[in-house]
Amino acid sequence: MKEILADIDGWRQAGKRVALATVVQVYGSAPRPLGAKLAVSEDGAMVGSVSGGCVESATVQEALEVLSSGAPRLVSYGIADETAWEVGLACGGTIEVFIEPLDW
Amino acid sequence: MAELFDQVAQAIREDELCAVVTVLGGEKVGGKLLARRAASRERGSAIATAGSLGNGALDQAAVERAKDAMEAGGTTRVTIAAEGREWDLLIDVHVPQEKLVIVGAVHIAIPLVTFAKALGLYTVVIDARQIFATQDRFDHADELVRSWPEDALQEMTLSESTYFVTLTHDEKLDTPALIHALGHPVGYVGALGSKRTHAKRVAVLREAGMSDEQIARIHAPIGLDLGGRSPEEIALAIMAEIVQVRNRRTDRSKEGRE
Repeated sequence: MKEILADIDGWRQAGKRVALATVVQVYGSAPRPLGAKLAVSEDGAMVGSVSGGCVESATVQEALEVLSSGAPRLVSYGIADETAWEVGLACGGTIEVFIEPLDW
Repeated sequence: MAELFDQVAQAIREDELCAVVTVLGGEKVGGKLLARRAASRERGSAIATAGSLGNGALDQAAVERAKDAMEAGGTTRVTIAAEGREWDLLIDVHVPQEKLVIVGAVHIAIPLVTFAKALGLYTVVIDARQIFATQDRFDHADELVRSWPEDALQEMTLSESTYFVTLTHDEKLDTPALIHALGHPVGYVGALGSKRTHAKRVAVLREAGMSDEQIARIHAPIGLDLGGRSPEEIALAIMAEIVQVRNRRTDRSKEGRE
């Protein structure tokens, strides 16, 4: 969390809305632990990570939808072994990510 | 807007132990509660909260679980029953970075920094004496502070996640540093020196107004008895003792203090 605060502050000071994605469940050998975070600004910039590369772009898409709808959502990602190899991870886990607008 | 987040951000920036509880599903989805200690650096302090999960009984139950998670030192997902329903919650715990403060840039401090870093501690070495506190010797330390311990310590936060050792071999430097540390809820205090040296030190500390309870917190002679003599062996004995104290604390909360 600490490492993403500066970017979040910058976005908010620039008047941009921000969504926060948090790993809330880890099955198998997922690369990032429970509580790992990714923040996304309304123009699609991101900071932090929820998976070490595998599902970040999908999470950014979901985060942008969350920002336009205003409703939080829980998303599950299976990290397929092939995908994992592509990004150099020896994982094959599943993670669940909670994505919410940072309006609290 | 974002008032609660500002409080969370502040607690994390100040590296305070705290927990953010989030409702992950149902009609109260996105509900948030921040739990932190009322006296932020004190173990066992009452829990202060900000925000709400949207239901008083749920808040109360969640705070109890947040307190446990903070004691255990880890983020966890739980299901809580309240108001005749089950609630899916994330309890996101921020654990402060553990820190080892070493007073005295002596030879033992060199391997001690190495061991402490390997165990995940942030390391700070304090010594005003230029011949000891050289960048060459302590390039591996996270911070090398070249000032008198009393001055350097004024600037620092000493909490239960801080482990504190004095190694200068000079009571003029060690004793004031110990007095300062004993005034804070540090997780470990150790002082280098023989039993004889420590007996003299105890007398000085008493004169300075330290209570028996405070003095009893000092681990002296410092370190587990591994029978070693070399700086590396002594550093290992100190680190082993810190690990022992740390694990006892998390396992059995307030028991096991020597």
